[in-house]
Amino acid sequence: MTTSPATRTGTTVRLDDLRRTYGSVHALDGLSLELGAGELVVLLGPSGCGKTTALRILAGLEEATSGTVEVGGKDITRVPANKRDMGMVFQAYSLFPHMTVRDNVAFGLRLRGQSTDRRTARAREMLEMVGLAEHEHRYAHQLSGGQQQRVALARALAIEPAVLLLDEPLSALDAKVRVQLRDEIRRVQLEVGTTTLFVTHDQEEALAVADRVGVMNAGRLDQIAPPTELYAQPATRFVAEFVGLSNKLPARVLDGRADVLGSRVPTVAGSVTGSGTALVRPESVTVAEAGDADGNARVVSVAFLGPVSRVYCRLDDGQEVLAQVASSLAARLSPESRISVGVEATPVLVVE
Amino acid sequence: MRRTSPAWALTRGVLLVLFAVFFFGPLLAMLDYSTRKDGASGRTGHWWSQLVTNPDLRGAIITSLLLALFTVVLMLVLLVPTMIWVRLRVPGASRLVEFLCLLPLTVPPLVIVVGISNVYAWVTYLFGDSALTLTFAYVVLVLPFAYRSIDAALAAIDAATLSEAARSLGAGWVTVIVRVVVPNIWSGIMGAAFITVALVLGEFVFSSLLHFDTLPVEINLLGKSQSHTSVAASLASILFVSALLLSLSFVGRRSRGTKGTTR
Repeated sequence: MTTSPATRTGTTVRLDDLRRTYGSVHALDGLSLELGAGELVVLLGPSGCGKTTALRILAGLEEATSGTVEVGGKDITRVPANKRDMGMVFQAYSLFPHMTVRDNVAFGLRLRGQSTDRRTARAREMLEMVGLAEHEHRYAHQLSGGQQQRVALARALAIEPAVLLLDEPLSALDAKVRVQLRDEIRRVQLEVGTTTLFVTHDQEEALAVADRVGVMNAGRLDQIAPPTELYAQPATRFVAEFVGLSNKLPARVLDGRADVLGSRVPTVAGSVTGSGTALVRPESVTVAEAGDADGNARVVSVAFLGPVSRVYCRLDDGQEVLAQVASSLAARLSPESRISVGVEATPVLVVE
Repeated sequence: MRRTSPAWALTRGVLLVLFAVFFFGPLLAMLDYSTRKDGASGRTGHWWSQLVTNPDLRGAIITSLLLALFTVVLMLVLLVPTMIWVRLRVPGASRLVEFLCLLPLTVPPLVIVVGISNVYAWVTYLFGDSALTLTFAYVVLVLPFAYRSIDAALAAIDAATLSEAARSLGAGWVTVIVRVVVPNIWSGIMGAAFITVALVLGEFVFSSLLHFDTLPVEINLLGKSQSHTSVAASLASILFVSALLLSLSFVGRRSRGTKGTTR
């Protein structure tokens, strides 16, 4: 590396009140977001929520209708994309087909007027980092999809960008390659310490790689928090439903505690008071075998997922509940088994 | 195993022979006629040597080759940046550009010439009366074919993503077009250029009616006095264009992967 990792601390990024309208559609509706130096933030949301628009505005490939973009404390809202010093990996394969892998990686350095020797050395270093040094003389069409995206990552990082932008880089890949590459992206990002914005619609991917995950909904940020917090304490119904699975159970809230399925459980901030709907994770639902008289539900079906199983239950009042339990317990259950269903005392979000 | 029944092999052989006769018969006849001595038996290279020694014919050949060259250059300079720009920046205008480029196909050449002869009064006034001023008319004439060729090449690559990738790496628009897009549509550009050459070398209506001495006009003229020479010139023109179009099929294949592949 031409700059040693120790001196490399990453750059801060600030998006302030970004708005983008297409006719009457608000793709971005007042998005504000800060990325700390070296932080990896994932923007997560369904398609059309504005996450890609936000990334493209940061990249300079699209213009915001209003709002500002700051990188390292400097306002770059009006700076064109090619002067922004950002490395980007796209969802679509974007390697230049007429260049070898090495020439692709060295392209940005060539534009910066670096000597052939330095370009070649830097390209090799980057390719070694993504484990593709032996493919440097190949062309894009001779590589697999996962390899192409790794080269694209190497190419984006070769210019030592202020910010790394990843626009659904794994969406076009197979499930297995996706998991591998996702972990590799995180490893590389930690190694170089570049501030990174990662956009995806895959919540598992988001939770696995992020320092913080921002959940976007209709052009705004609903919640931004570290993955564990986001999962355990969703701020809105949208977040609770989009991240992980949730049961919707009737609840009554009094003094910050909710009555759900006969259990008293704490509520998270933002919950309503009075009667509402509790959003309960399947792993917080408890299942116990019961006799005909004392149970409150029957098993509908059981899905085996390896160490854990999902149990679909129907309460006596007809409400369906999904529980995730140890497979050792699930093995003793069969459809129509009489069971007793309850809720663990973990905090839940109660919405109207 | 491939299924080759005797009947099918026979049909194929007959078809091949028929096509060969159809294509090569006239060419061989032309070769025969253009090497035959006038009124005597035996062979001669005299008529072929006229291609260089006859000043009128030589002039017409040079004019036509220069016209082809200028038309190719002007067409590429106009069309390539415009089409790339429209695709990347104003995709909404692509219908309009396509319509404009295909328009010359819908108007019969005779009608164009009648209209264009008025315009040429101005062209002659501004640029002189050289036959090379036909370049302007020919650029319009070849637009539909050149457009198709370049458009197909552009559609085959993800020009938008490639250009965004290049720009994020620091490339300005000129660099994007010259170093990233053009190399990847090179086969389409060569196709447009070669088709242009073929069309210009064979164009008769415009140049004849506007009274310019290009190769086809000269061939027609010679046909009345020195038919052997005229046939020699025709054959030379056909062979030249065929060689160009043949080489085109190699351009696409050679444009990538020739150097540096590890095996």
